[in-house]
Amino acid sequence: MTEQGQRTRSIIRAVVTLAIAATLYELLARSGYFAPALLPTIPAIMRTLIAMLANGSMIEHAAFTMYRVMFGFGLAVAVGIPLGILMARFQRVENFFLPLVSALMPIPSFALVPLFMLWFGIGNLTTILIVFYAATFPMVFNTWSGVRSVNPLWLRAAGAMGADEQSLFWKVIIPGASPFIITGMRQAFLRAWIAVVGAEMIAASDWGLGWVIFDARNFSTPISCWRRCLLSAVSAMPSSGSCSVRSSAQLCSDGAWCAWPRVRNGKQEWSLLKFVMSALCTTRRAAKCPASRT
Amino acid sequence: MQDAVTATIPVGEVPDRPQVRDRLRVVMRSFFPFIVVGVIWEIIAWSGIFPRRLFPTIEEVAASFARLTVAGILPHHALDTVIRLLTGFALAALIGVTIGVLMGRSRRAEDICLPLVSICAPIPGLAYAPLFLLWFGLGNISAVLLVGFVAAFPILFNSWTGVKAVKEIWVRSAQSMGADDRRLFRHVILPGALPYILTGLRLGLAQAWRILVAVEMLAAVPWGLGWLIFGAREFLNTDAMLAGIVVIALIGLGLEKFVFQKIEDYTVVRWGMITS
Repeated sequence: MTEQGQRTRSIIRAVVTLAIAATLYELLARSGYFAPALLPTIPAIMRTLIAMLANGSMIEHAAFTMYRVMFGFGLAVAVGIPLGILMARFQRVENFFLPLVSALMPIPSFALVPLFMLWFGIGNLTTILIVFYAATFPMVFNTWSGVRSVNPLWLRAAGAMGADEQSLFWKVIIPGASPFIITGMRQAFLRAWIAVVGAEMIAASDWGLGWVIFDARNFSTPISCWRRCLLSAVSAMPSSGSCSVRSSAQLCSDGAWCAWPRVRNGKQEWSLLKFVMSALCTTRRAAKCPASRT
Repeated sequence: MQDAVTATIPVGEVPDRPQVRDRLRVVMRSFFPFIVVGVIWEIIAWSGIFPRRLFPTIEEVAASFARLTVAGILPHHALDTVIRLLTGFALAALIGVTIGVLMGRSRRAEDICLPLVSICAPIPGLAYAPLFLLWFGLGNISAVLLVGFVAAFPILFNSWTGVKAVKEIWVRSAQSMGADDRRLFRHVILPGALPYILTGLRLGLAQAWRILVAVEMLAAVPWGLGWLIFGAREFLNTDAMLAGIVVIALIGLGLEKFVFQKIEDYTVVRWGMITS
């Protein structure tokens, strides 16, 4: 079996699996076991998706989400990298911030959503701050461990060759730590992405992908009554159809959007992250370390 | 300059001298930042930038923490959350490790599972929440299932990577020394993949923890820390919310420090797969 043949067979198997999964889903949807509003058929999902794309609302939702993610993520990078470097370089800074970071890290960002809603109101500011909170810690932690793990031999060699503080920093420490920093950025972006969907669902703002998923019907009641609205969706009110059709459409579009994680050499690269990361840094080779490293 | 250069060289931790004064100093040092933050918090609370109702002082938070603990409300919430977390995580570990190892060992399983897994994995876990709620109803079942489902992905990916990363030469030498399939698996592949699997479990637990808190807010479970925080918001009980967040932080920290570090020490480090 040649490598080429192996690969063709893999692709064929992948296609067959997806086709079977789609068929099963379609059969289940058409069997009438679930109400059609709860489990729409694939053509219905596609129609909704295309309609939402065509009238531009989906794109606008995506743009709002993107804006929040990028703003929060940018903030997290801007704070996380300098803080991580400072923590690694100066014992005092580390002594001060390390206990704080390790105490705050295990608090899931969603736990803070209700609190931030009370403090900062409903809308962009809360969402961005949640994203920032979620993304900062992986950034700080990875930068910190990256700078610490720079090979001491390199530092001594550079020092022996007469490198001054500045060139030592820019030419040895930063490149040496960059694999960790880039891993940190990937993790941070992943976290940011998860956080934004959750924050949009709970801290309901008007636009955003998370909001589309949760937007069960037109709210005439205050937003804090979403729970009642969810109940109504479950009890299959006529209007709840739009919820699940849209949510499935959303899942599909997300799936297509983040599309195909490329897996090779046992290393996973989620293409969504790659899409952003390739814009941010051209030294992708440096990101050899698996995303699993914490 | 000399100072900064030596500071970056990880000479190893300063050796622990078992003297009481040194230990006291370490404890003091790690408490100091919290004291600073606490003082800043108090200043903001007293200054009145935020309404007092929304930004309670630390005494108020501590008081309601004590009150809720004594009344048994906080422990009940925490217990329910932990049970849900452990059930979901056990589900995820079982599914993730099984499928991951299968995918690592057999090309066919890999071809079949990989497309599905790689489509489902990048979607944020919470995006599944409305779907799960519609399918399995409000309450415990969908919360646990969602946690299990979402936490399974990092475990699966890492087990798969781990099994693939076992050195071919170890497998071959074990085979040439006459190891049968079962012993090969038990004595070569499992230990070889364990560092990855443990990393996966750790990531999975963190993921499960994050999703669980959010899903408790959405899934209308009767007890649970997420629900405590979300419910308290409706009555502007900011002190109760903060007390809930403190408990969440404590549980998260405890899981990380006392469960996973211990497991790692007892297995991977002892087998010499990584140095601690």
